[in-house]
Amino acid sequence: MATDINSYDFYLGLGQHKLLGSRELSSGHLFLPPRMLDPETQATDMEWVEFSGKGKLVAFTVIYVGSSAMLAAGYDRKNPYCVGIVETEEGPKISAQILDLDLSKPETIQIGMPLEVVYIERGEGEAKKTFLGFKPV
Amino acid sequence: MAGRKLGRGVAVVGAGMTKFGTFRCRTSRELFVTAFQEMLASIDKGFDPREINALYIGNYSSDLFEFQGHTAPILADWVGLTPRPATRVEDACASGGVALRQGLISIASGLYDIVLVGGIEKMTDLPTEKVTDALGTAADSVYEIPAGFTFPGFYAAMASAYMHAYGATPQTFMKVGLKNHENGALNNKAQFGQRIADIMEARKASAAKKGLPLPTWQTEMDFLNDDRGNPMVAWPMRLFDCSPVSDGAATVLLVSEELAHHFTDAPLYLIGSGQGSDGALHSRSTLTSIPSARVAAKEAYQMAGVTPDDIDLAEVHDCFTIAEIMASEDLGFFAPGTGGKAAEAGETARTGRHPINTSGGLKSKGHPVGASGIGQVVEIWKQLRGTAGERQLPGNPTLGLTHNVGGTGQTCTVHIFERR
Repeated sequence: MATDINSYDFYLGLGQHKLLGSRELSSGHLFLPPRMLDPETQATDMEWVEFSGKGKLVAFTVIYVGSSAMLAAGYDRKNPYCVGIVETEEGPKISAQILDLDLSKPETIQIGMPLEVVYIERGEGEAKKTFLGFKPV
Repeated sequence: MAGRKLGRGVAVVGAGMTKFGTFRCRTSRELFVTAFQEMLASIDKGFDPREINALYIGNYSSDLFEFQGHTAPILADWVGLTPRPATRVEDACASGGVALRQGLISIASGLYDIVLVGGIEKMTDLPTEKVTDALGTAADSVYEIPAGFTFPGFYAAMASAYMHAYGATPQTFMKVGLKNHENGALNNKAQFGQRIADIMEARKASAAKKGLPLPTWQTEMDFLNDDRGNPMVAWPMRLFDCSPVSDGAATVLLVSEELAHHFTDAPLYLIGSGQGSDGALHSRSTLTSIPSARVAAKEAYQMAGVTPDDIDLAEVHDCFTIAEIMASEDLGFFAPGTGGKAAEAGETARTGRHPINTSGGLKSKGHPVGASGIGQVVEIWKQLRGTAGERQLPGNPTLGLTHNVGGTGQTCTVHIFERR
């Protein structure tokens, strides 16, 4: 019986301050975000794996015109936010908000800089959800 | 894998489009009728549209933009073509290009002889943040959008990687916008058909008229580097690096090769077609190239039996200025990492070695997403038939290419057209 790997449990994991990916047991391939099927081998013998939360920045942007959800979170032209693609030390890459950077000078943000995971809580009560973030080490 | 071949030849014998822009009083159906009528008028020897066998219509999201699903039969009805099969094709901003490919396949298979291919999008009814959200559904709504990504943000992130890898600067990207507005200024179908210098002068005049402090811009680059003239959207992409939100429609008529001369003495033969797919941006091995574009280009070049240097002009998917630079590399016009320098050197201008986006591109002409891929074909139709007016390329171009990307490259189609 294959382990049930799904995005719902990934976000539940973030709520427990765990960064959860998956590993296919026969190929050893690691996935973050977690996958239920190894796209290279089609195999599905997966287990959950907790990632270390360490990685480096491989691409980023500072967004001045955000989505509705980010506007609701308090971001706008005067208060922009950074989003990036982070390569984890285990290898897989994932999209995340990047916190604790000087966004007034985006050109000084360094691709390759080491990052560590942070868990971003938004909303109250039933609507509370945890989002993936990273910040400089 | 050996190159794929079409079962039989297919030609474009008519093409038409609306002006792209903001049309408050028109829905998709009125825009589509207008594009259809212009296509009919372009058919040199005339044609009874009741001979059309089927319709393939590229449309990204009438559902979100107009709260109207099931769009294709409505459009077929509005141009008097029911009960013929009418199929909506959706692959985000590549919907038009993929509809073209489906129309091509339907004729090449022998199933149909005469097919109407269209593209349509009506985007401007929604406020900006809702448009941002609707476009965002072309990415991964589970893992990319919750991180805060927007479409300008995705391409800006690719731009950051390109700058890091190859030493490009924000000014490199601005050159693409300058060139596309130069071309769009010669296209009466363009939404923003003005040179950036003219936009700058108009802003100065407007400030003077309103008694506001006069901007000190002397050159286009002053204007483009200034937050007041060219606000940041997603660093390093500024407003003039981004294609606009647009309404518009475009249609082309495809027929089997043996029928082409019943319609015109100057058909364009659709000799190459390619399409590729990919996963989320963060899952890719490169962020400075769009792998699905390389897959699509390889398939199209092999099918057509031509090389990048044979192509006389290309309409590429410049949804953002960085996208045009990556496209110019992915299509093989320039080596990886040299597309930015080529743009700066004017090699993609109408007078350059590889003219790109003579129409003004998505940047100046507009980007009604489902229509953009067919709008590109309209430009190739005009250029290869020598009817592009002031922006006509010299030297009787015979080979044109279109490159239409969906999302951040989850889809790409490439098509090659030949005038014989």
